[in-house]
Formats: sequence, C-alpha cells, structure tokens
Amino acid sequence: MISLDLSIFGYQFMQNAILAGLLGGAACSVIGVFVVTMNLSFIGVAISHAAFAGALCGAWLGFSPQAGAFIFSLVAAAVIGPLADRGEFNPDTPIGIVFSVTMGLAFLFMGLLPGPKTQALELLWGSILTVTDRDLLLLAVVAVIVLLLVALFFKEIQAVIFHREAALAVGIPAGLIFYGLLFLTGTVITVTLRSIGGLLIFNLILNPAAAAYQLTYNLRVMFALAALFGILSTWLGLFLSCLFNVPSGATIVIVSAVIFILAAAFSPKRKVKKWEEVINGK
Amino acid sequence: MPEHLPPTEDVLIKIENAVVSYREDVALRGVSLALHRGELAGIIGPNGAGKTTLLTLVNGLGRLLRGRVEVLGCLLNGGCPAFLRRRIGYVPQIQNIDPRMPVSAREVVMMGRYGRLGLLRRPGPADRQVVDGMLKLVGMSHLASRPIGHLSGGEQQRVAIARALAQEPEILLLDEPTASLDRRARVEIMTLVSEIHRSRRLTTLMVTHELKTAAAVCDRLILMKEGRIWAQGRPEEVLREDILDPLYGGESTAENTITVFNGTAREKRGKPGG
Repeated sequence: MISLDLSIFGYQFMQNAILAGLLGGAACSVIGVFVVTMNLSFIGVAISHAAFAGALCGAWLGFSPQAGAFIFSLVAAAVIGPLADRGEFNPDTPIGIVFSVTMGLAFLFMGLLPGPKTQALELLWGSILTVTDRDLLLLAVVAVIVLLLVALFFKEIQAVIFHREAALAVGIPAGLIFYGLLFLTGTVITVTLRSIGGLLIFNLILNPAAAAYQLTYNLRVMFALAALFGILSTWLGLFLSCLFNVPSGATIVIVSAVIFILAAAFSPKRKVKKWEEVINGK
Repeated sequence: MPEHLPPTEDVLIKIENAVVSYREDVALRGVSLALHRGELAGIIGPNGAGKTTLLTLVNGLGRLLRGRVEVLGCLLNGGCPAFLRRRIGYVPQIQNIDPRMPVSAREVVMMGRYGRLGLLRRPGPADRQVVDGMLKLVGMSHLASRPIGHLSGGEQQRVAIARALAQEPEILLLDEPTASLDRRARVEIMTLVSEIHRSRRLTTLMVTHELKTAAAVCDRLILMKEGRIWAQGRPEEVLREDILDPLYGGESTAENTITVFNGTAREKRGKPGG
C-alpha cells in the first residue's frame, strides 16, 4: 500500500530514527571498510550473530540486551581473531563452527525467553522507529569514537589493511590495531543491533563498504563514500519503509544492496579488468 | 672465522642454538649463525629447510623456542620490540595483492616511515623526500601513483624493497625476492639488491633459490636442510656438487644452478628442486 504522508517526519520518533540512521549508517559503513579490505566478511557475520545471541541472553537473564551483545561479540572476536591471525590455514571452518554455535545459542535463548517474543523479534528484525534517546546517545558516542580513532590512527590502519606482516615489520603495533578493529566491530554491532536487527546488521556493514570498494583506489575516499552510502541506505530505507508500510530493517538492507549492485555495475575497476583481459587476449 | 670477515665486535646478528617449532614440526633444530656488519649473506636450501624461519628470527616475527638471538646489540626474548623492528627492513615473500586494493605504490613506500614516525604523527616533508628518493632508487617514480595491485610482480617487489629502505634500516631481510618472477625481473631485482647493499653498506640476509645470482652477489652462502645449517662459506667454497647434491636429495638442484669444480663454474639445468 503506497501512502505518502510526509507529516510523519515531524514526529520525535521519526527524527530519532533519522538521527539513528545517520549515526548507525556512518559507523557501520566505516567498520565495513576494514571488513571488506581485510577479507573479514565471514568473521563480521559471526561477530554480529554472536551479538544477537548475547542480546537474547541478556534479555533472558534479565539484564541489558546491549550488555549481553557486547560481551558475546567480544568473546566471539577473541575466539575468531587468533584463528584468522595465524594465517596458517583457512579459518573458514572454525569460524563457521563459531557462527553456527552462536546461532544455536540465539535460538536457545529465544526459546528460553519467557512470555511473548516481541523483544526477541525486535532484536532479530530491528526497530529503528523505537530508538530511545538513550540508544541515540550511545550510538552517537560510539560513532564519534569510531570516526576519531580512524582519523587518529589512519596511517596504522592503512598499513594493517595492506599487509599485516609488513606493518608489524616496520614497527607498527599491527596486532593491537587488528584486535582493536575487531573490538570496534563488536562495539558498533552492539549499539546498532536494536535499530537494524541481528539478521540484517551485517548487510549494512558490508554493502556500503563493498560498493565504495568498487569505486575508488583511495582509502580516504573509500571511507567517505562508504559512510555516505551507509547514511543514504538508512535514510532512503526509512523513507521507503514509511512509503510502503514495510519493516525498515528490510528496506534499509535492500537499498544498500541496490547501491552495491549499481556501484559494481558502473565500477571503473571492472573496466580496468576488461581492458586487461583485452590486452592479455583472454 | 673466514679471513674476509671483520672482527667479532662488528657482529650485528648473533643466533645461538636456535630452536623453533610450529606445532609438531620443528622448523629450526639448533641453528647458530653470526652475521657481520656490511655482509650480504644468502640462505639457500630446499623447501621446508627453515630458511624463512631463520630470517624471521632476526626481526622477531618467528617465535624462538630455545636458544638465543641477539640483534643490533639487543637480546630478543620471544619477540622483537617495535623500536628494534624499525631498524630492520623486511621484504616478505611476494603475495597476491587484490588489484582493487585502495593503496598506491607511494603510500606503500610511505608505510616504511610509519614505524619511525610513531603513533599520532603524520608524515612530513622530510618523510616525503625520503619516499621520493627510495622510489627513484628502485626505478618506480613513474608508477608511484598507481594502485599497488595494478603493478606487475617485479614492480611490486621493487616497491616492497623501497618500503623496507624507507625505514632507513641497518639490516635488510629479503625473503625470496625473486620468487614467481620472470627471468628478466629476477636478474633486475637481484642486481638492485646487490647495488643497494653495496651503496648503503647494509647488512643483508636474503633467502633465495637463485643460486647462480646469489653466488655472484653474496659474500657468504648459508645452505640449510631440515632445520639445520648444512654448510656455509664463500660461494665458491660451498657451491660444490658434493655439497649441493645431498642438500637437494641427490637430485638436480634448482634451475640455473651453478656448480663449481676446481674454481671453474659451469651451469647445470634441472627441474626446480625447490
């Protein structure tokens, strides 16, 4: 049902949602740049699902779902990090095991949760329209910290993204930076979980950054483009959700996927590849 | 000690009875080695001999199980502090770089300055000058703004060498700098390494399979097999068939192997031995 009523944007809850979209979209996308450039997609998925399981655990045990999400995502990062770190074997199998265990735990906690499952479903699908002032404050603090850390440690992050061993060899604390990035990923997922939802959050991390990756060879530009696409995804998704009266988490993710498809289709990097193929006679 | 080597106080790298193990495999079984200031030493041997492990012991990337490693006067205990790593240039084995990687060749070379700069400090004009100088030295100035993933293997290797040199190191470690390169690029890289070593009086330790070129450029060759030093000495002392054949399991050695008989060199072609 299409019903365009812009008066909805005048309400406080909608303004909160727009602000949450701005902060969450930017924070998730910036984190996404690390995930995409360092080939950590699967690790990110596992961390986000661990956060989801943790939030449900928090809800079940009666403490803050955010605290549960935070603890679980950090534990997941601490378990998975060293597996990826060693680089001696493909870490997909152990990460897959961690991922499936976290999903199992999530469903276990969901089953154990007494009463109606509204809170659990909200954590699963996300509910950007019910973001509270406290959520917003937390989101703002984390978003500012993420942007500040990226700005302050840009050169170290760039070196670690390029080649961790080489970064370590020139005297950069590469391990600290790598685990710091995993920690930031867990934190950002924790504070955006309620707005975007445990199942969908990772798309908002991956898609805008993957779209930006298609369009530039400059890491600074990639960060800026990813943040822009992230914010655009949440705002446009929010608008479409109101327009079609469908869940906002879904529209946000669909918009981010469309942005990625467009970026991939019009990517100058694709043209380079084709050109190389012509030269190589393939 | 061979007479061409300087006195022992000039020893920059001293490894004593080093044992390194990765899970159930023992990578180094009691290796001792002393490298003198200004020396260019090549480490050769079949795959799995512990060559790379020996190299990474020097900059602390390899984990020492037993033994003693002293580099630039500092004792390394299970790692190498960042301040020491900054003084050691390291060129790891060539890896496939994603062609879409959003980093230019110049930025890669600049990374060599990051350790010296330390956290929270941005590169200044002096750093840019060093980077430009290194790009020129390795003949990569004209490709400096290209994305690193768009360069050929040989060009990426030149950039990696420039990055290590941008550290203004006292020791240079190279891990198979010519692996997977074509013949022309292999010769160019080895010539470059030799020129840099001579002009900067660096102490250089290089893992290589290029016996022929290594014999021409190295002061000393260290032959390794099964985690032990098989033989070491001047190239003409160790590149002998009676040493090389058992080193490579009695089969023909790597392509372009040079064997020395009574001081005369003859080239011997065979299947890659590793």
